[in-house]
Amino acid sequence: MSSVRHRGSREPGGLSYGRGPAENCDNSQPLVRSYRISLPALAAASLVLVTTALVLVFFVAPTDADQGFSQRIFYFHVSIAFTSYLCFGLGAWKALVHLWKRDPDADLESYVGIHQGVIFGSLVLITGSIWARISWGHWWLWSENQLVLFLVLFLFYAAYFMLRFSLDAGPQRANLCAVYALFGVVLIPVSFLAIRLAQRFIHPVVFTRHGAAFGGWIMVTYLVSQAAMIVLAYTLYRIELSGKRLDVRLRELRRVYV
Amino acid sequence: MTNAEKYVTAAYCVVFALVLLYVVIIALKLKRLEREVDELASRPVREHDDEREPAQVG
Repeated sequence: MSSVRHRGSREPGGLSYGRGPAENCDNSQPLVRSYRISLPALAAASLVLVTTALVLVFFVAPTDADQGFSQRIFYFHVSIAFTSYLCFGLGAWKALVHLWKRDPDADLESYVGIHQGVIFGSLVLITGSIWARISWGHWWLWSENQLVLFLVLFLFYAAYFMLRFSLDAGPQRANLCAVYALFGVVLIPVSFLAIRLAQRFIHPVVFTRHGAAFGGWIMVTYLVSQAAMIVLAYTLYRIELSGKRLDVRLRELRRVYV
Repeated sequence: MTNAEKYVTAAYCVVFALVLLYVVIIALKLKRLEREVDELASRPVREHDDEREPAQVG
């Protein structure tokens, strides 16, 4: 005769929040994988860095002699652009890890990395368009390689979600998505170098072979903004990843119990 | 407020609003997960189900 118990009472050999059905007997698996830096610490660091960056942008950094006040968009626009490249790069790296080790967790990390990249990519396009409106008088210029190539990169990774959600969850979907994510990484250096390779451009170049085209407080403000965006992106990445892992484990629980 | 100042303010507000929207979406999702975990934890479960001997098929 079978007895009845509630799920709150975990017993040896019972279901734990393992990473997959094969690992469900391992009670030592933590609910969420532990990291060295805790999420509250990361969130606090993001808040401090973003606030400091905003103070530097609006109250400390000098006004650019050429572009005037509108140059202040640069600090977040460029920082967000580099962060989105990093997120796409992270997504591609995790995709490679997935293909190499067949680790389902790497597939999830790749997905979240690309998701972050698309979010930051949309911010790059919006802030860039606003800056273009002030400086060029147009929201968008199709003749600009840098803009179009970034849009191609953004749309390529946006299509990643169409691929992912059009397939049933499983190893096949993970493999296809990983290959797709790896193809996209080729576009990152192309997008970054496009402005430097272009013969004719009006998009400003601030990082050249000879270093950055600015210094002093502008450089300090940019570096703080860049650090703020990277830490913010990493914090959001970790929060989303925790949620996704919980979701996956909850589905496993439902499959077993319901 | 000059035109440039308005646009710059709008750009930073858009960044802030989008990040905030993202955080709200994640918070709502976590709330849903919490509710589902509670719902699952409150269900009674039959013990020793996995100890049944496998049936011969075919």
